[in-house]
Amino acid sequence: MVAAVGERPRAQILIDIDKARTSRRRRSRLIFVGVWIAILGGIIGAFASTGNTDIEWIAEWAPFILGGSGITILVCLCSIVLAVVLAIFGALGRISKSPVAYAIASFYVSLVRGTPLLVQIYIIYFALPTISPLLILPAIPAGIIALGFNYGAYMTEIFRAGIEAVPRGQIEAAEALGIPKRLVFRRIVLPQAVRIVTPAIGNEFIVMIKDSALVSIIGVQELLWRAETSGRPALNILEAFFIAAMVYWVLTIIFSFFQGRLEKRMARGDR
Amino acid sequence: MTESRLPDLGERPAPAASGYDRGSALPTHVGEPIVKVGALHKYFGENHVLRGIDLEVRQREAVMVIGRSGSGKTTLLRCINFLEEPTEGWVEVDGVRLQADPLRARNRPHQEQIRQIRLRAGMLFQEFNLFPHMSVLDNCIEAPMRVTRLSRDEAVARAEGYLDKVGLSDKRDEYPSRLSGGQKQRVAIARALCMEPKVLLFDEPTSALDPELIGEVLVVMEDLAHEGTTMIVVTHEMHFAEEAADRVVFMEDGVIVEQGPPEQLLRDPRHEETIHFLRRFIDR
Repeated sequence: MVAAVGERPRAQILIDIDKARTSRRRRSRLIFVGVWIAILGGIIGAFASTGNTDIEWIAEWAPFILGGSGITILVCLCSIVLAVVLAIFGALGRISKSPVAYAIASFYVSLVRGTPLLVQIYIIYFALPTISPLLILPAIPAGIIALGFNYGAYMTEIFRAGIEAVPRGQIEAAEALGIPKRLVFRRIVLPQAVRIVTPAIGNEFIVMIKDSALVSIIGVQELLWRAETSGRPALNILEAFFIAAMVYWVLTIIFSFFQGRLEKRMARGDR
Repeated sequence: MTESRLPDLGERPAPAASGYDRGSALPTHVGEPIVKVGALHKYFGENHVLRGIDLEVRQREAVMVIGRSGSGKTTLLRCINFLEEPTEGWVEVDGVRLQADPLRARNRPHQEQIRQIRLRAGMLFQEFNLFPHMSVLDNCIEAPMRVTRLSRDEAVARAEGYLDKVGLSDKRDEYPSRLSGGQKQRVAIARALCMEPKVLLFDEPTSALDPELIGEVLVVMEDLAHEGTTMIVVTHEMHFAEEAADRVVFMEDGVIVEQGPPEQLLRDPRHEETIHFLRRFIDR
């Protein structure tokens, strides 16, 4: 074996090195998956071995809980759209030379980031209607507004960074063509900024999937609400919340996968 | 501290703004003055970058501005279309005259005046600054459609004409990231031409290009110059200046030291600073 090294053609050695690397990589991946399955199997096995696990209940109610993921995703999609719109205006305010706009945007960011999301949900759903009956909202819209409002504040800073990352020369080129400032922002700066922050928005969306569990508190019939309402009366609490946790987990894995691909595609993009 | 290096302004007669003050006849193809710059000063903080510039550029004239980096030539160009607000002085382009007003630079009427100047003066940048999220054609029709309110068909027809002129009609649907540097700058030229400006301002248009790509851009610019496009070009390409310029302007330390027809200024400069500067470029 040792003596053979000198005699083998170099091309063959390179191929062998490559093969060895590929098989090493494949082995680590296999081990990775194996460890995950082992841990997960261990947890599930531990639960099952307590004898308290009600398989029949799971079979009956799992589809009901799972159905909540549709509402979860719907709420998150609507909220992220609202958050993006708010974040664009927030970012505009934060980079504005108008002290009034800057003050309003800063107030928004400071207030929202300085209070718990749960309190914001309570205020929007329970407290605002006491001011005027016009502010009474159904649970889903109230949840969407609360989440969107909250995430808009956090994403304001993301968008501000994105807008500032658009090269100065782009604005100069547009202005040199005589394009009015408003249009320069809408047509030249904003599309490029959105591209820059798209991976970050994806990330926020994934975080939001988990935070959206909080709107179960006002009766939005999403994942956690369904787990709670089905599991608690039947005392199948462990099963219910375990299923909910797994669904959240799978959702974040799925969206992380797409977000990762998006990020890669963006990185490849222009320039 | 820098005072000692400055050319002694007192003993030299200030060159006439038109540049044709030495009895050299006005080239026959040039027309009336279309760009005028008067008593222009620009400070960046304490730094006095432009120290009283007077310049006149006539219709169909190609003026090349040369000088060391830091001599203020790029700042002068950027002051003409107010990408930099001059500290003092005035600029007139095609009858639109604007007094520098740094204290009220952000006021709406002033901004609108600036826009009127920019519509008349197209600008080309060292870094091209094509819009990366738009195709070549969209880059070209954006401003004509949004600013001049041309219909899409008209804008496209115009863009196709100018893309053809710079030899890139086959690239109309490509995105800028797929073009070479030379192609990008040619698209930028077509994009500027689509606004049909009265004058083109070139800010070192070939400085960011690989040597083998410079030629294709210079050829386009030379064609434009020979067709009678009014242009002011800040450049380090002395051979190009010699070929395409009607007049060469030499700047140093924020003033115009000397100007004249290329064969005179480049081959037989009169001022010490010009001679010193050109020694690096012109082969004897």
